[in-house]
Order: sequence, then C-alpha cells, then structure tokens
Amino acid sequence: MNITVCIKQVPGTSEVEIDEKTGNLIRDGISAKMNPYDLYAIETAMQLKKQNDSKVNVISMGPPQALDIIKEAYMMGADSGYLLTDRKFAGADVLATAYTLSQGIKKMENYDLIICGKMTTDGDTAQVGPEIAEFLGIPHVANVKKILDINSKSITVEMDMSESLEIQEVQLPCLITVEKEIYQPRLPSFKLKLSTANREIKQITFDDLDDSDVENFGLDGSPTQVLDIFPPESNRKNEKWEGTGKELGNKMAKKLKELKFV
Amino acid sequence: MAYIKVNQQNVKSKKEAIEICPFNAIESQNDKIVINSACKMCKICINQMPEIYEFVEGKKIILNKDEWKGIVVYVDHVEGNIHPVTYELIGKAKQLAKKINHPVYCLFIGSDIREKADDLLHYGVDEVFVYDEKELYDFRIEPYTAVFEDFINNVKPTIILVGGTTIGRSLAPRVAARFRTGLTADCTILDVKENTDLDQIRPAFGGNIMAHIHTPKHRPQFSTVRYKIFDAPEKNENKSGKITVCEIKKNKLKSVIKVLEIKKKDKVKSIEEAEIIVVAGNGVRQESDLILIQKLADKLGGMVATTRPLIEAGWTDAKNQIGLSGRTVKPKLIITCGVSGSIQFVAGMNNSENIFAINSDPNAQIFKVANYGIVGDLYEILPELIDSL
Repeated sequence: MNITVCIKQVPGTSEVEIDEKTGNLIRDGISAKMNPYDLYAIETAMQLKKQNDSKVNVISMGPPQALDIIKEAYMMGADSGYLLTDRKFAGADVLATAYTLSQGIKKMENYDLIICGKMTTDGDTAQVGPEIAEFLGIPHVANVKKILDINSKSITVEMDMSESLEIQEVQLPCLITVEKEIYQPRLPSFKLKLSTANREIKQITFDDLDDSDVENFGLDGSPTQVLDIFPPESNRKNEKWEGTGKELGNKMAKKLKELKFV
Repeated sequence: MAYIKVNQQNVKSKKEAIEICPFNAIESQNDKIVINSACKMCKICINQMPEIYEFVEGKKIILNKDEWKGIVVYVDHVEGNIHPVTYELIGKAKQLAKKINHPVYCLFIGSDIREKADDLLHYGVDEVFVYDEKELYDFRIEPYTAVFEDFINNVKPTIILVGGTTIGRSLAPRVAARFRTGLTADCTILDVKENTDLDQIRPAFGGNIMAHIHTPKHRPQFSTVRYKIFDAPEKNENKSGKITVCEIKKNKLKSVIKVLEIKKKDKVKSIEEAEIIVVAGNGVRQESDLILIQKLADKLGGMVATTRPLIEAGWTDAKNQIGLSGRTVKPKLIITCGVSGSIQFVAGMNNSENIFAINSDPNAQIFKVANYGIVGDLYEILPELIDSL
C-alpha cells in the first residue's frame, strides 16, 4: 500500500505581530518548523506501515528551505519525499495551495491513502485537506480520531463530530485528516538521520505539472485576496485595578455581586 | 499573470528590502531581489516600499455579479437536530441581506427533515430549500457535496455562510473547491459592499494580526463562522417565508462511504454552553493548583477552562481549551487567571459579556480585552475572592 502524507513548514513561533504605533510588522526570528499537526499525520502513516508493509511518501509545497521538514519526515521513517517549489506558486490561497498539491500528488507514486494533519498553525483553516480530495476526485473524512481497520479495499475510521463519534467505512483511495488524539508522534531518529542523509528529495516545479496554465497557480489561482492587515481591536472600555491581593479580591467579589453573578 | 514586480533600480538597501517581509518570502538571488514561493500575498512589501515593490494585475476575469443573488445559510445538523450556529448565521445573513436588498435562504440537506424546516421560518428567512432523501440521512461527503452543487447551480447565491462545525469545515471547502471559488475560514467579522463583495475579517498568519479578505472575482463567496461569534435573532411567534422541496437525481447521491455507527459521546456539558467560565492560564504554577480555580468556578456555578499550554502539559482535557485551536465561548462572565492573552486565545473568548482578567504582568495582552483588569498575583487574590463570595 502507498500512503501519501502532506506536510507544511510553518513559522517556528506565532509571534508575528504588528507594531500598533507604526503599523510595521515585527519580525521575530526566522525559525521554521514542521507544522505540529503534520507530525500526527506522519505518525499515523508509520503506524499503518507497520501493519501493512506500506510505503510512506511525503509531499510539501514551499520555498527550498522546506526541504528541512522533508528530511525530518525521513528521520521519522518516511520512504520518499517531494517538494513542490516554484515562484509561480507564490501567493497561493487555500484553493491554489490545494490545487497545486493535488497536481503534485499526481506526479508521485500512486496512492491508496492520503493523510493530512488537521490544520496548520499558520493558516489555521483546516481546509486544504478536503480541497485536495475534491481536486483528486476522491472521498475524504476529516477529524479522524482513530483508525479501526484498514485493508486493501477500505479504511474504517472514527470521526470526531464534537457531540458524537461517527464510524465510517470508506473505500480506498481516500483522504483523511487526523486529530491529535490519533497516535503519539515519535521523535526523529538519529539513526535514520544518518542513514537518510543522502536520500534524494525530488523537486517538482511548475513545468513538471500536468496543468500548464499558469493562471491556475499562485496568486492568479487564488480567488481570495488579502485587502489589508491590521492589529486586533482593543477598543473595549476597560478599567485596570491595582492594589494588594486582599483589596483586589474584595473588590472583585463586590463587583461580581453588583453584576448579579452571586 | 498577476505578480509583485521588483524595481531593482530602486533598491537602496538589500537588507531592508528583504527584511520588510515577515514571512521570508523575499530573498537575494544572483544579486537580484526576488519573491520566493513563501509569499502569502499580504502586500506588506507593496504598502511599505511602494517604490520597490509594485503589484501587477493579472488577466481580468469577467464576472457579472448581478447574476448571483441571495445569501444562504447552510443548516448544520446531526440527525435533524439543528446546530445553534445556524440561527446565529441567519442573524448575520439578515443584516447583510438588508444592506444589498437580497433574500436570505437556508439550505437544509438531510432525511425526514421537512417538518424541522418549519422551525426555520420563525427566524425571518425568505426561503428554505429542502433536499429530503433517505441517502442523505447521515452526513457523507460525496452526496452532500453533490446536493450543495445542485443547489448553487439552480439558485446562484452570492454569499454562503457555513457553521464552523465538524461538518461545515469538511463540507464548505469541498464545495468551494468544486466551484473553484474562495472560502475564508473562521471569520469573526462579516460585512458586505454595495457590489455584493463580502468583507471577511479573521485572525491570520498565526500571529497577532487580523486580515481583511475578499473574493472580488468569484461567486459564490464562502465563509465559515464558529459557533458563538454572532448573535441569533429572536424567534418570531409567526412564520414567514416559504419552504421549497428540491428534487435531485438518485445517481448523484452515490457514495463509497458507509456510516457504520454513530456513538453518542458521554453527555458532559461543554464549555461552550457555560454561562460562567473561570480560565486557568500559564500563571498557574502546578497542576494541583487547579483546585483553586475549580473552587472559584464552583462558588459561581461555572466551569473551568484552560489555555493551550496547559493542554499541552496534559493537565486538562483538550475539550476545555479556549482559543482558535480549541473552543469559542461567549459566556456572560469569564474570569481569566494567569492568562497572558494571545490572539489565538482572545479570538475564542472576546465576545464574552463580562471579562475579568487577573494577571501579575501589568502589560499582559489580556488587559486589552478585559473589562476589569486586575493587576496582581492570582495566588493572593483568589483565596480572598473565594472567601468573600
């Protein structure tokens, strides 16, 4: 069985902020890491590999520095890795990102199952997975908490519906997005780091893709546009209290009684 | 194609020209400044250094916006039980529709739901489109997407609002991709322009930034919105509007998904339903100190919630986490204890009616949203407070 895992490099911290006085962005380091939710996707693939003797292939889209997370996936046990990288992919929104990934996935080994993390920590949309499935014309199940069974024809999963759990049996090929509860991700192995140090990472550029219409990628392929960015509002009426612990505790109690919470 | 043109001759300091981008999407290659594939099109470079960075428009897409009419709310439900986010979206849809004089529609997909659709008529919608087929009893992605597609093709709505539930977050992107149109997730503010362009505002880039997003050249425009962001309208005694039952060809309802079982989760009250919440943040030093927070919650008849670091430390269950990656809450009272107030957290609670924040750092972000900011040590304040209640 072939399993494809989609991963993304995200900023190492979430500390991108706007200086409220100047409107400039405050840069905080240049650290980057693998999207934490993708670690669960890779781990899920590794668990299935253990049971089914599968091959695990990872794909990412991003600038050349995203090669780092593919190397990290190798250290977790992935067998092959691909990076979609091209300036023509720049400025992609959710739709263009999902479309580009779906085009890239077609250039990889065939897949039986595609696994994505639940969401990324920089985009926070949780939409790319379902959109990839749509572009590939395969079913998907989001928010998978548990894999109950997998065979050559189908996978049975437990989907978290917030108030209930739904058990779905889905024919392969399909795409799933996985929750954090699914498996505890392993740490990258030093042994694998050494043994995969020279393993190839195939780079896929625009020219390699089936779709040669550049308007479907990057900025042009993105229906949504950012008009403006600004710091979050904080124009609520607010008061600040200072004093000793005793004073503040009493003042709070008084206020809560006044507001009829007690 | 549209792109950002770099006017190399105007580059005075390469370092500055590169560092203007917070996403490392500008680099130097062969002595030239280039935009790489990390670009998020935030246009910061264009705004800050217009002499260097210039936006070049791509081909013009011709779209007749007048052909798209109506604002749709997807009726989120499991087994016919309508999720309350649906009513909140109806409230917002009515506001938007009034500005552009469009009708408000509901799209209700399921099985044996015809009678339940009646309930929606008490909230002032113009028309409820019902697809009632036994194949639609359970939420399965292919038939639900097919029905949504059929509906959009027939009705051609300009705006579609979907609840940010498990179903909504799975269905909306699928349908948006089918129409190759835009979808903005987890909007916190929505407004509409006269030309029917939807102004969508959401926290973005994982940082302390709000982004104003629009979909100028595509229809329909999709947004998902979390529960408890907007206000539901009052229920009218009288019904208004009409119900239209739609037919769809059976072959469109095929699915390779079998729903084997739906298990009810143990019915524990969720923090989203709580009217009073006490939040434990990073300022709580050790797990055993959570008892202090619990005591206060018990006194007030409320629930305890936490922030991401405490979930990651394994102190509490993830279902009690407030924030973008957790739950959105809108209680009547929220008291945060030792919470710094990252935007991810604030986005999940800033619609609360009364916000009390205790933090020893007078510059903590949380004080910006707090109605009552209490600068002090929670270990000194809480015992006093608990005693005086």
